[in-house]
Amino acid sequence: MDGTFFNEMYHDGAVRTPYARLEDWMRAMPAELRQMKQAEAEALFRRIGITFAVYGEGGDPDRLIPFDMFPRVFSQAEWRKLEHGIKQRARALNAFLMDVYGRGEILRAGRVPAHLVLGNEAYERAVAGIFPARGVYSHIVGVDLVRTGPDEFFVLEDNCRTPSGVSYMLENREIMMRMFPTLFRENRIEPVDGYPDLLRRTLASVAPQKCDREPTIAILTPGHFNSAYYEHSFLADLMGVELVEGPDLFVEGGFVWMRTTEGPKKVDVIYRRVDDAFLDPLCFRPDSMLGVPGLMDVYRSGGVTIASAPGAGVADDKAIYTYVPDMIRFYLGEEPLLQNVPTWQCARPEDLKYVLAHLPELVVKEVHGSGGYGMLVGPRASAEQIEHFRARLLRHPDNYIAQPTLSLSTTPTFVEEGIAPRHVDLRPYALVGERVELVPGGLTRVALTEGSLVVNSSQGGGVKDTWVLAE
Amino acid sequence: MLSRTAENLFWIARYMERAEFMARLLEVGARIALLPSAGHGYRSEWESLLQASGMAAGFAAKYGDPVQRNIESYLFFERDNPSSVASCIERARENARIVRTALTTQVWDALNTAFQEMRQLERRPRSQLELFEMTEWTMRQAALLRGAIDATLLRNDGYDFLGLGYALERADNTARMMDVKYYVLLPQVEFVGSGLDNYQWQTLLRAMSAHRAFHWAYGGEITAAKIAHFLILNPQCPRSLVNSATLLVSHLDRLARGYNRTTMAQRNARALLGELMEMRVEDIFEEGLHEFLQRMEREVGKLSGMVHDAYLSGEAR
Repeated sequence: MDGTFFNEMYHDGAVRTPYARLEDWMRAMPAELRQMKQAEAEALFRRIGITFAVYGEGGDPDRLIPFDMFPRVFSQAEWRKLEHGIKQRARALNAFLMDVYGRGEILRAGRVPAHLVLGNEAYERAVAGIFPARGVYSHIVGVDLVRTGPDEFFVLEDNCRTPSGVSYMLENREIMMRMFPTLFRENRIEPVDGYPDLLRRTLASVAPQKCDREPTIAILTPGHFNSAYYEHSFLADLMGVELVEGPDLFVEGGFVWMRTTEGPKKVDVIYRRVDDAFLDPLCFRPDSMLGVPGLMDVYRSGGVTIASAPGAGVADDKAIYTYVPDMIRFYLGEEPLLQNVPTWQCARPEDLKYVLAHLPELVVKEVHGSGGYGMLVGPRASAEQIEHFRARLLRHPDNYIAQPTLSLSTTPTFVEEGIAPRHVDLRPYALVGERVELVPGGLTRVALTEGSLVVNSSQGGGVKDTWVLAE
Repeated sequence: MLSRTAENLFWIARYMERAEFMARLLEVGARIALLPSAGHGYRSEWESLLQASGMAAGFAAKYGDPVQRNIESYLFFERDNPSSVASCIERARENARIVRTALTTQVWDALNTAFQEMRQLERRPRSQLELFEMTEWTMRQAALLRGAIDATLLRNDGYDFLGLGYALERADNTARMMDVKYYVLLPQVEFVGSGLDNYQWQTLLRAMSAHRAFHWAYGGEITAAKIAHFLILNPQCPRSLVNSATLLVSHLDRLARGYNRTTMAQRNARALLGELMEMRVEDIFEEGLHEFLQRMEREVGKLSGMVHDAYLSGEAR
């Protein structure tokens, strides 16, 4: 086994407790059975239709994210720590959003540079001064975590807008339970299937004050060509709410309505999976066909709740990320339970100098990039790639941040040759409404290529079922 | 229910019924072509089949002469042809993907499996594919879907929109299918009542899976009048026009009751049903079978437009 990385199953020559029962399971599975099960899993995913659609690149438009059957396991104690840290973070991020769209105290106190917030692309002037229901801007916070040792967890980034992937968390579990029921009898695993209910309750708890009955919730999707459409429809189904597209909605008399076969029906809470810029052509991009003209006026006058609120993106910007520990201290008066990865802001001359001198050992990311695109993994890049990136960096230093290459933990993973350690990360989903809640679990992404540290599905990453063991 | 959802459901049913119709049409064509030809060869039969299904122009633009192999491709596989079996199944499945929330797992499964198997069929070399295998496969998929709908779907308004799609498409298809006979026979009036004529009527019945049923219901010689009665006026025949009209009325009535709102579509469907129930087969031949069928196709088109205005457009208040 690889010695330089923390292996979550084998440590110091022994099997760590949470994985104890998996050892026998793994040994008792001959290669043929494993292949059969793998094929069965794939067939199940295809039949259920859990694909992420990639249009416009040729090939099969319905792609499967590779599913690895070897589960990733946390003990109850490990999870508790993560849970507290994530909740703390979700609270601080929301306090920050309320603040920067309100009085701006953290800026006046000089704890976060004002230009980073006010000059940020994700900062929406259009929502300044709005007090959303219960003061929540980001209702679903996805916190991406990596682990480097038994007790070392780092937050890689926050996702305050519309973090995706939760359908995989739910379906991975369903499929594991169908394929390996005995595993679930032998291990006491906390269920995750309460998520849709919890999400519905969270959204209902942030209904606007003008709503005087059981709130009507709808999920707003860009449409079935969107790569995450499956997830949108899956969540709508499990929550028992309508899945709407922009043209299904219209604004009249200060409210938002959906077009139904029985005539218009009022909508109180919109869980939108559409970017800010496309929400309302009258307020943001005028060419948007995905949004609802007039939606922002209704939002401003308290006729509808939008989750996550427009403008929430400013909190998960990579340039703001560095300041999250300060936010926790500033708003909550607590010490951060989860650490940030040390980050160099290339916008700062002294940081840039350091980064340029240490490119081969750093990971450099675009501030606004996502999906593992536009990033440099120093230790795995060729000299040529590094020089190429150096030129880009010099041209637009503000566009980049750099972090040390983390020794991401590994978990055993089924690969061509048998079982081998592969690097993983974790995305749990915090729900913020009347309370902050988490289901015990999350999405584990795994870099299936040997040695790779990039877990994004667009770059050859897969997913695993993530277990939290009961006490 | 969202108007868009209703529209998607409506079209899932129409597409799948149409896929089945295409398969049945191909079967009629293939069986007629197997017949020792009456001088003209199989070409004219295939030609008339394309005429009746309204695809003659599209086919001619792409292939020119009606060669059986090309017609099979055009009606079954080709995406250029929006009514081909493959196009219909793909669009039905895409519609289903959009409204997953309104379907049961079993219904989705039936549609998704049809789509996945379709893609496997497409990958097989054509030389290994028998036409009858393809048409039987299509009818099986359509039956599986109907079964899944019947056994698992909630009897709510969504069920009615599926039902409306099925009923309208089936009425249209039955009318068109009978019209094939008109186009096949028209240039050769001297064959009326001949062995060839009978064989063609029988083929038509077979394609409608109604051959045995017809004999049970009527017995004796196959005549144009009996067939017209069976496929148009007999409520026992599941594909008869009167049956489709009955279904239309029942779904529209249920919707009107559920939504507490009557519609133009409902009134017109009732009028159509009334006409078909009163009608005698002599009336049809007096009007002219072809003319009658064409009128029915127009009526069905009009009803479809009314359903759209009342429920699917989202403009209703």
